[in-house]
Amino acid sequence: MRYLPLNDADRTAMLAAIGAAKIDDLFEDVPADSLNATFDLPDHLGEMEVERALGAMAAKNRAAGEGPFFIGCGAYAHHVPATVDHIIQRSEFLTSYTPYQPEIAQGTLQYLFEFQTQVAALTGMDVANASMYDGSTGCAEAALMARRVTKRKKVILSGALHPQYAAVTRTNLELHNDNVIQAPINTGAAEDLASMIDDETSCVIVQNPDVFGNIRDLTPIAEAAHAKGALLVAVVTETVSLGAIKSPGEMGADIVVGEGQSIGNGLNYGGPYVGLFATRQKYIRQMPGRLCGETTDAEGKRGFVLTLSTREQHIRRDKATSNICTNSGLCTLAFTVHMTLLGEAGLRRLAMLNHDIAGKAADALGAVTGVEIVNKSYFNEFTLRLPKNASAVVDTLAKEGVLAGVPGGRLWPDDPAAENLLIVAATERVTEGDIETFALKLREAL
Amino acid sequence: MSMNTQGRPTRADGAALSDTPTFTGNKALQIEEALSFEIGDVARTGVDLAEPTGGAHRLGGLHRDSDIGLPGLTEPETMRHFVRLSQKNFAIDMGPFPLGSCTMKHNPRLNEKVARLPGFGDLHPLAPQSAVQGALELIDRLAFWLKELTGMPAVAMSPKAGAHGELCGMMAIKSALDARGEGSKRTRVLAPESAHGTNPATAVQCGFTVEPIPADSTGRVDLGALKEKLSDDIAGIMVTNPNTCGLFERDIRAIADAVHEAGGYFYCDGANFNAIAGKVRPGDLGIDAMHINLHKTFSTPHGGGGPGSGPTVLSDALAPFAPVPYVVHENGVFHLVETRRAAKAETSGADSMGRLTAFHGQMGMFVRALAYMMSHGVDGVRQAAEDAVLNANYVLARLKTEMTPAFDGFCMHEALFDDRFLEGTGVETIDFAKAMIDEGYHPMTMYFPLVVHGAMLIEPTESESKRELDLFCNALLSLAKRAKAGEVEPFKAAPIYAPRRRLDETAAARNPVLKWRPEAQAAE
Amino acid sequence: MSVKYTKDHEWAREDGGVYVVGISAHAAEQLGDVVFVELPEVGKTLSKGDDMAVVESVKAASDVYAPISGEIVAVNQAIADEPAKVNEDAAGAAWFVKIKPSDAGELDALMDEAAYNEFVENE
Repeated sequence: MRYLPLNDADRTAMLAAIGAAKIDDLFEDVPADSLNATFDLPDHLGEMEVERALGAMAAKNRAAGEGPFFIGCGAYAHHVPATVDHIIQRSEFLTSYTPYQPEIAQGTLQYLFEFQTQVAALTGMDVANASMYDGSTGCAEAALMARRVTKRKKVILSGALHPQYAAVTRTNLELHNDNVIQAPINTGAAEDLASMIDDETSCVIVQNPDVFGNIRDLTPIAEAAHAKGALLVAVVTETVSLGAIKSPGEMGADIVVGEGQSIGNGLNYGGPYVGLFATRQKYIRQMPGRLCGETTDAEGKRGFVLTLSTREQHIRRDKATSNICTNSGLCTLAFTVHMTLLGEAGLRRLAMLNHDIAGKAADALGAVTGVEIVNKSYFNEFTLRLPKNASAVVDTLAKEGVLAGVPGGRLWPDDPAAENLLIVAATERVTEGDIETFALKLREAL
Repeated sequence: MSMNTQGRPTRADGAALSDTPTFTGNKALQIEEALSFEIGDVARTGVDLAEPTGGAHRLGGLHRDSDIGLPGLTEPETMRHFVRLSQKNFAIDMGPFPLGSCTMKHNPRLNEKVARLPGFGDLHPLAPQSAVQGALELIDRLAFWLKELTGMPAVAMSPKAGAHGELCGMMAIKSALDARGEGSKRTRVLAPESAHGTNPATAVQCGFTVEPIPADSTGRVDLGALKEKLSDDIAGIMVTNPNTCGLFERDIRAIADAVHEAGGYFYCDGANFNAIAGKVRPGDLGIDAMHINLHKTFSTPHGGGGPGSGPTVLSDALAPFAPVPYVVHENGVFHLVETRRAAKAETSGADSMGRLTAFHGQMGMFVRALAYMMSHGVDGVRQAAEDAVLNANYVLARLKTEMTPAFDGFCMHEALFDDRFLEGTGVETIDFAKAMIDEGYHPMTMYFPLVVHGAMLIEPTESESKRELDLFCNALLSLAKRAKAGEVEPFKAAPIYAPRRRLDETAAARNPVLKWRPEAQAAE
Repeated sequence: MSVKYTKDHEWAREDGGVYVVGISAHAAEQLGDVVFVELPEVGKTLSKGDDMAVVESVKAASDVYAPISGEIVAVNQAIADEPAKVNEDAAGAAWFVKIKPSDAGELDALMDEAAYNEFVENE
């Protein structure tokens, strides 16, 4: 077996050194009748055979790059520079562990410090942690944190929050019998969340741009929340948007959670991704997850360490702010490298390019007879109202080689109001030809 | 107050043995590197993108006018910056990384290659199901391997890491108790003091209270004492097996029986599954749920702290409450069950616990783990477990001449020592660990588990050759002898040859600096 | 006025009708360098044994329990601002809170200095 360095001679010599007659002597504590179970599984394969088998599975999927592609809703098909993938595959990053021995993990710690700085700047917040699993779990953690800060048990979810984010948040809060109030679907950024906030409310969770692509002014909601002593949690599923639109911090958010996949990370059929988590300075001890901080070594040189660990499970145990341990290490590196390559100038340009392309797509699709664009504003994603069930249209277009977007029925299968909605994203990878093809095939399908 | 006298000293004292300083601060291949924020500027970029022309008129008047504060670097500067940073890290590919309970094994590059096939890497989680049949097939195939290796009837694939898998398992227990109408009565969870901190944290996150299970003098659960703690308000127990002392819980079946008899469930922490994969099916031992760290047992890279992946196997009693989404298979076609309502219809009425994450879990890790399993085959998985246990026992046998094993007898995949051999030397566990760095090794897990004084937990994994283990043991034996011979100074000063000397964690915590700020602001 | 100790390493000393409360020098030494102290709000009423404050070092986080029941009438903001003071003078200047007792008789159950020292010795 190519991954195992010991040979039989080694094994014999080692057993002798240990003083065991045979390997199973070392498993003496295992109940004898359960040792050496049999399994209905194949024996080992060579590299070529494994690659062939998995390649065959991959070939049954339709990758974003294979044709016109317009799917978003929390995961976006952006170009990842070749440099990013090279750096994250360096042995010293790929095959290292959580930086518990800081003297020999300064590489990891320094990029985490850079990552935290980048995320704080992007979100307009004071501090960011070293990542969560993804945006959706970060959203649930934000609700739990708001609960710790306010000691209240009622959460209000916007009707334009990604329904899977809403579901994850609900699943986590129901464990504590909290009151989770879901506002009804609202495609037009016209919901009245402020009137739902009361003295019992711990937080209100609003996505921006929302799941339909609308750009929301969070300022009035922040003011309404603060007036009642509640927190505003802002959710950003498309991080590139922060290069174009006002940051949640500028609009008064208290906690910002984000999905960082758009920067440096591939689609990967949903994971691994990288959760962004940022907040105000006064709440840092209530934050979940790891934090990297600056310090000096015994010679006075600057260095970095994991810090404020007493919030975390390995010290605080049953009183920890969260049970999270492993986070998204290597995905944060991909994010940091890509963001470093972009810089502010590159990020702003990338964002406005996305906006341009989305504008062209919206114009072309909105001109198709029977199609209505529901948005007044958008960044790189918008919602169409079709004259018929969008799921069927998506299936038809998929057969024609166009991946057209996310039909409302996929995200809200129980809500007839969503049936005819189609959420369309257009990133810098979309060409004008792709838009033309999409518009043409959509016209044919309707 | 609650006293915690375990743990590690954290102050960066110790005599500074200084060598001749260089002008740059560099030491040959060790090159100092500033923060990207100190090198770049906001106008610089390492990407060439077309000029946007459309303007911001569809942004609803919320265009970002303010400075963001994100300096960029050109491509060669970026490459150099991160390559220099990388060279300040220790990694498995460089040498033994014997962190107990972390399973730092070889990460095959075939796994990286297949995970990057566009059909996996460039596949959208909300693409129509007709466009993702290969992905669903892969999830289904991996699920089959996991169920077969654990002897369990069901597996939840979406948990994003080990602790997330714990959450999944404990939520399944809560759901099952609720379904029995006992959710509000059964609120106590028992876990050993040697457990990972994630166990008590998870139980509390699920709304349970946690109490310790006493250990016996052999480092295992004290069955008699456990039984005394069981009553009709027990929700379940959380036990790691093999446990964090590197020992198999030999009473595991009796433990399972006792908990079941009391009406509770058995959550098994599968962090140490590498010791028994392909040898023993946890399902044969009476467990109800167990997460599997694909990033430990099945070699997906740790990546400096993640991403992980924590599929969680469930017994028949818990399976009906599995989270959404999951894959079902009918007439050669794969479908996703994505909502609670759909799950209820599909399972004839059971209440899924709901959703743990957007999308479907760590697909990129699934591809790598399946590539690893297929490469090993079941014969290789079994051989890997045997070699991991053999390597740990070899280290235990060789080191016990100078170091003090915490418990008698053989171990499983990791060998636990305490600090008795350092008594009276002035050298402490942390000094011993830091001295290993100067010898070119990553230290073992130190000061964990908490039940042993000055713990040193060594997990070599199956990836080490005998030659590498002999060198490693010789180095540790030499360090132990030097400590006993009274050579305290080099230990207190260690590490001397690493990119940084000991870091002042106290200062970092007293005055947290969590992001870079321009000099003028930082001075305020 | 004599100082009384709990088995959880808090001390209490009478001072003009209220009790000054802190953690013992032994506890501070065991914790290591203290990096953070969280104090209760003035006006809060506690029962003996309730969580009263939190003290953290890099390696440990410990709850400080109320040694007697009563109302918090003052807290020592100086140790929250500069946690290192706890290591410097736990028995004196680094007191945590002042409690107005609801039942001063509770003090009788606590250890005097000699008994506490013996307790620590045997712990």
